[in-house]
Amino acid sequence: MSPESRSRETEPTNWALARKQITLRERARILHEIRAFFVKRNFLEVETPQRIPANAPETHIVPVPSAGWCLQSSPELCMKRLLAAGFEKLFQISHCWRNEERGRRHLPEFTLLEWYESEADYRQQMSDCEELLGSLAAGKTLVYQGQEIDLSPPWERLAVEEAFRRFASCSLREALATDRFDEAMALEIEPRLGRGKPLFLCDYPLEKGALARKKRGNASFTERFELYLAGMELANGFSELVDRHEQRRRFEAEEAARLAMGQLPYPMPEKFLTELASMPESAGIALGVDRLVMLLTDQEKIDDVVAFTPEML
Amino acid sequence: MYTCSDLRKGLKLMIDGEPYVIIQYDFTKPGKGQALYKCKMRNMITGNMYDRTYRSGETFDPADLEDRSMQFLYKDESGYVFMDQKTYEQITLSEETLGDDRFFLIDNMEVKILAFNGQGIGITLPNFVNLRVVQADPWVKGDTAAGNNKPATVESGYTLQVPSFVEEGDMIQIDTRTGEYVTRVKE
Repeated sequence: MSPESRSRETEPTNWALARKQITLRERARILHEIRAFFVKRNFLEVETPQRIPANAPETHIVPVPSAGWCLQSSPELCMKRLLAAGFEKLFQISHCWRNEERGRRHLPEFTLLEWYESEADYRQQMSDCEELLGSLAAGKTLVYQGQEIDLSPPWERLAVEEAFRRFASCSLREALATDRFDEAMALEIEPRLGRGKPLFLCDYPLEKGALARKKRGNASFTERFELYLAGMELANGFSELVDRHEQRRRFEAEEAARLAMGQLPYPMPEKFLTELASMPESAGIALGVDRLVMLLTDQEKIDDVVAFTPEML
Repeated sequence: MYTCSDLRKGLKLMIDGEPYVIIQYDFTKPGKGQALYKCKMRNMITGNMYDRTYRSGETFDPADLEDRSMQFLYKDESGYVFMDQKTYEQITLSEETLGDDRFFLIDNMEVKILAFNGQGIGITLPNFVNLRVVQADPWVKGDTAAGNNKPATVESGYTLQVPSFVEEGDMIQIDTRTGEYVTRVKE
């Protein structure tokens, strides 16, 4: 029965679910348009397994175990193996799992859009973001929770080091030396980013870019960026690291940090590391689809853009 | 012992020997970084509010509060009066102590009175309560598109968002933990 023809006598028992109809219709439209956007640009849509032996080791991402393996926290390892096998432009929309992440903007099971392009770097992907959001939004501006955001390109590119100078109570160097990087980022910097216009925060220090290529001309930084709108992180992208020896060293460092925190040990992704030898210079990005829907439908909580939250099951 | 993943609105913790209740809670995590747990909490004795941010790995002691079942009798100038049905002992709690919980009290309702060092510092309500709508815009037939909300006021003076089909005189169920509408009660 369509919602328009419901009478007072047949009202739904579960109003929390019923009231999501308008947003979920909008979500379906957005998913459809994302696919159209990439297909038109000759990106191949792929599906890779969601249950895998191990994720790429990252210190602060906790996996969901699944019968001896784990559920993916991102499809990136399989996507990059496809790049290494000669696929040039790829995208995937898939569910990803990150244990213990639950908040106003976090669900432990969420939807990621990832796209990869060979012979491209992170600057190309920043332009892709500008075009993608421009094509999805109804107008040139977006109103999110009362804030007007001008989407017309180009968007500001702000280096992490400069963001610390502008917004944080300490310098980037001090933050890294005293283990206050994440706190300064989450509490002092992020809430101020992307106000009025979207913003790319770029050039993360080497220790915060486990899979990113070193910046050309400055090896203590990586070619990694994050996209922010209205203080909300929407996407994370980088020029991919293609040096398999360096990648192995960085994985070993991340894995040691994971084990020190008491996490389940991961087997080293040997097939990925072997095939990385044939991966061309590439760029890859992950964009949170749920948060994109939040922005485009002006919803404050991630709960309101998915049909079911874990608590509703 | 609680860990960060237990933190949520309404959780009661003991910090430096005093009980606190979490009023607002949010989980935040800068891109690929460490999880941070932002809490706004109220000291249940002084009423003062504090903002605290915790990192994953920290642990907390639950607030060790006595609780006893009592019945809500009435409200007068002195406050909200409750009675122990076995001993007939009465206790009065102020509006400030009860906060928004006062909107969900119904005559004769059984609640848990929370006490610290013998002093009443709060209550635990049943999870759901039924209250009658005393003010809401009329329902326009045809305007039943899911998602359409409107404000309504219930008999206790509390105002919340309800679906457009809810009308004055309807009995509705409210979740006392979130203060949100659950369903219309068919009588």
